[in-house]
Amino acid sequence: MTVPSFTHQQASHCESGVMSALLRHYGLPISEAMAFGLSSALCFAYLPFVRLSGLPLVSYRMPPRAIVRGLQKPLGFRMCSERFRSPEEGIARLDRLLDDGRLVGLQASVFWLPYMPPDFRFHFNAHNLLVYGRDEASGEYLVSDPVLEDPQRCAPVDMAKARFARGALAPKGLIYYPAGMPSEPDWERAARAAIRKTTRIMLRTPLPLIGVRGIEWLARAVERLPTAADTARAKQYVGHIVRMQEEIGTGGGGFRYMYAAFLEEVAPLCKRPALVGLGAELVDIGDRWREFALATARMIRDRDPLDVRRLASLLRALATRERVFFVALDKAAR
Amino acid sequence: MYARGADGKLALTPSRGWEVEEIVTLQAVKACDELAETARQRAKAGQASTLEYHMHRARMDVALLSQASGIWRWRVRWHLRPRVFARLSPALRQRYAAALGIDVARLDALD
Repeated sequence: MTVPSFTHQQASHCESGVMSALLRHYGLPISEAMAFGLSSALCFAYLPFVRLSGLPLVSYRMPPRAIVRGLQKPLGFRMCSERFRSPEEGIARLDRLLDDGRLVGLQASVFWLPYMPPDFRFHFNAHNLLVYGRDEASGEYLVSDPVLEDPQRCAPVDMAKARFARGALAPKGLIYYPAGMPSEPDWERAARAAIRKTTRIMLRTPLPLIGVRGIEWLARAVERLPTAADTARAKQYVGHIVRMQEEIGTGGGGFRYMYAAFLEEVAPLCKRPALVGLGAELVDIGDRWREFALATARMIRDRDPLDVRRLASLLRALATRERVFFVALDKAAR
Repeated sequence: MYARGADGKLALTPSRGWEVEEIVTLQAVKACDELAETARQRAKAGQASTLEYHMHRARMDVALLSQASGIWRWRVRWHLRPRVFARLSPALRQRYAAALGIDVARLDALD
């Protein structure tokens, strides 16, 4: 049995967790928050024309693969990605890479991964995990899933199904692995570029559905939910907004806490102490997101009457605060 | 999740989520289960095919089942009728079973 010396570490978000583990294995110990921040993965997007089982796409981060791609430039290395037309090809390629002793990241559907707890098994295709070896006797893959506490095993049949699931964001067997060695970046430049990319997206995306304005648009959509005839549907809708900022998978508060950890960590490296204070401010904003979540959950459980106006005003307050915050962050990173 | 540790620094602390998350997750799970249960009742009463039940049990909808099986959406919808489904060819049944991840024989069962 060939198991390279890989140590599993739990993270809170799949993609940043995978990349941080991958980089750590290849000699550049970087925290999950750092991987998240350096690739400018924080965002807000409300895309009503993309429907997930009838509900609009609400996202608190950049689209899948942004972290994998975004780390290449600051860390000066390339990631090789491959997709496959047929499952057979994809399985053979993964097995060959593993036999070479490589650590391979891959995209899979959560629904078909048997080790996932049943309550998490929705048809979400953009989950990321690491495979670090194969049990030669049973052929099972040795899996390091960053959202779980312990390493897992997964039978080849199930893995094939998960990797070649179809539907929105179909993984098509995507695998990725580093080519070349990542190197310690010029922190000052890399951090500034990453932060300014985030503030640009949050403040100045031409499309009003993305960034701070996206939160305002979402507030308006929440306010207009029909509640007279059908409260169940409105509850589904607001519950969905909260589910997207979940604790396991984002570090809570819609990734705001994780980004705050990044700011705190990067401040001494790029000699900008002001970032520590901004990190504290962002933690507070994360707390406000949790307050919104709590208010929503109480309404879903009928502890409070459903009041879409109040939820909308909470969202608007969040938008205002985030706007002030990102303007300040933009200045601090200049 | 990320929280302030004893040293005042933000760090990853183990968390199994909080109550709010559980509420919204269970809300979504319950919505799926309800759809499956309604479909089961409808299938029992002969108003829908067992395919409708298995589709919802796999937490899918028509759009997703169509993409997963490679069968056009209107055809999937057509196959949700019990009389149409009863006459389905073995090849199509095989495709549905594969897309849903169950045995062909179980397509007819309401377990």
